[in-house]
Amino acid sequence: MFDQKKYQDIYRTLYLIRRVEEEIGRIYPSDKIKSPVHLSIGQEAVSVAVCSALDERDAVFATYRSHAAYLAKGGNLKEMIAELYGKQTGCAKGKGGSMHLLDPSCGFIVTSAIVATTIPLAVGYAYSLKLKKSDSVVVVFFGDGAVDEGAFHESLNFAALKKLPVLFVCENNLYAIHSHFLTRHHSDNIFKRAASYGMASECLKEDDLGVIYQRTKFFVDQIRQGSGPAFLECYTCRWREHVGPNDDFHLGYRSEQEVSHCKDNDQLKKIRAEIEPSVIKKINQKVEQQIEDAFIFAEKSPFPGKEELMTDVFKD
Amino acid sequence: MERILTYPQAILEATKNEMSRDESVVVMGQGVDDPKAILGTTLGLLEEFGPQRVFDTPLAEDGMTGVAIGMALGGLRPIQTHIRMDFMLLAMNQIVNMAAKMSYMSGGRLNVPLVIRSMIGKSWGQGPQHSQSLYPMFMNVAGLKVVAPSTPYDAKGCLIAAIRDNNPVIFIEHRLLYYQKGPVPEEDYTVDISKARVLTEGSDITLIGVSSMAVECLRAEKFLKEVGLQAEVIDPISLNPIDIETIIKSVKKTKHVVIVDNAWVQAGFGSEIISRLWENGLSSEVKVKRIGFAATPCPTTPTLEEHFYPNAKGIASFAYAMLRPKEKAWEPSTKLEIEEIEFKGPF
Repeated sequence: MFDQKKYQDIYRTLYLIRRVEEEIGRIYPSDKIKSPVHLSIGQEAVSVAVCSALDERDAVFATYRSHAAYLAKGGNLKEMIAELYGKQTGCAKGKGGSMHLLDPSCGFIVTSAIVATTIPLAVGYAYSLKLKKSDSVVVVFFGDGAVDEGAFHESLNFAALKKLPVLFVCENNLYAIHSHFLTRHHSDNIFKRAASYGMASECLKEDDLGVIYQRTKFFVDQIRQGSGPAFLECYTCRWREHVGPNDDFHLGYRSEQEVSHCKDNDQLKKIRAEIEPSVIKKINQKVEQQIEDAFIFAEKSPFPGKEELMTDVFKD
Repeated sequence: MERILTYPQAILEATKNEMSRDESVVVMGQGVDDPKAILGTTLGLLEEFGPQRVFDTPLAEDGMTGVAIGMALGGLRPIQTHIRMDFMLLAMNQIVNMAAKMSYMSGGRLNVPLVIRSMIGKSWGQGPQHSQSLYPMFMNVAGLKVVAPSTPYDAKGCLIAAIRDNNPVIFIEHRLLYYQKGPVPEEDYTVDISKARVLTEGSDITLIGVSSMAVECLRAEKFLKEVGLQAEVIDPISLNPIDIETIIKSVKKTKHVVIVDNAWVQAGFGSEIISRLWENGLSSEVKVKRIGFAATPCPTTPTLEEHFYPNAKGIASFAYAMLRPKEKAWEPSTKLEIEEIEFKGPF
């Protein structure tokens, strides 16, 4: 479905995200990482597929579980790891941490630790783009938990009302922490609710990178031409615990089988199969080096000094 | 000859000034484009600047505040309005968790130039949910600026300054101030939104009133004059940050201070001022008094409401008792209409 170059680009990003997060998981018990981490492992395909279908000029808003989206949009890896380490060189000078990654220089605008709060921000940002007659598109990622919040519904309504250039991407991993969607909602129909606000809306149940890419591309093109907002509900699967580096099957809220079924559908393996092993080897080596460099950068970077405490509260 | 405007005319003029000067300024909120136009403060903006820059919003305070923040991140300078401050409680998540923290939690890479205008209601049976004055909550949040000017001159200058500010500013207007008239220059000017203003000078006692309570303090000052006492009335204007220097200077002179909150007393502006005076070494030699709303929800019926709010007579009585503790209690008998307190300036 992709040409070889695109396969390699996608693979590189998928592999980078997977390996960065595995490294985070490995280092986490050392307490060198100074903020809680919500790993995207297992969910990378949605971020990579969607961001691969965007241009540099497009903007992304996301959540506290955004390592994947940050890297997929081209966020600076060294600054990300330094941010996790609480260092001055981090993307937010250590003042944000893992839940507040941002890299506006590549269009990764902002993330937040409060569920659903970036959805209206993305809509407002889209309003500013429309007013400026820009042809950029805004994408906002959020989980199924955000659907519980009023801000989700308020945002969809307003985006449709004003025909704003925004693509809503719901990463439905079925759980808000440990609560299954159907313990929180009457029906499993997120995408239908989005449609009822007045926008094109689809549900992609197969967690297939190629399909997510294709549907994103389709909607982004439409939005760029002025269709107004669209909505993609993407079923996905978080392999590890809600927060932290481990698995959580001992808690009993979901079975190991439920997740192993998802692991059989690992998109990293699927994309890898499309590329020559010798090429894979080269990509892997490069990515491993990049990751090593980023962790060394974070280790060696200084912590912010006391004088940083009072800066950035207000902008002059 | 000085040009006299009402408070809402000053607000409208400031908004028009900024919308004409800067295309990124937009006005949004429930009713901003309707015939009543937020008590006239947005009148004609729709016709002049069009529906993309002046628009009504759904009844979705939380979501629409988030939208305003997103607009600000996208390079606009939104002015969001709440015709009753009570409804801001529905937007606290976005105001406190997002707007106030955006600059800090992004390490200074993002900022939110956003003005949230809100009106405090009073009287005519506004009752418990249409009369709240929640500024102490906002005063407690790092990352927010909070202003509540009482004169038309300051309303215009502060609003222009707030719109040009690169940070979220909570701009508080008391509905009773809408009857105020005063000199307002036609030209473009700003008022420093971190400074207090001394409205009248006096040597016996300092009266500090928040928002419309500054007007009550001016009335009290007139009453006190009748018994030979000179009050210095201060409008703090900025509730966060607080211009404590101006207040200290006055209190050092008068040694007596009454702080009139436009809210409940506990953990209010008065509490903060007295703490700061104490921290600055003005303790035992200064007599202090806090006045504010009764510690109840606001009653609707006028016979109870009358006792809920501080008023000029009460303020004057407290001031008198503080200054002349050995004499018997005094209450002014004369009646002053609020229209009699017009701000003459020059400021």
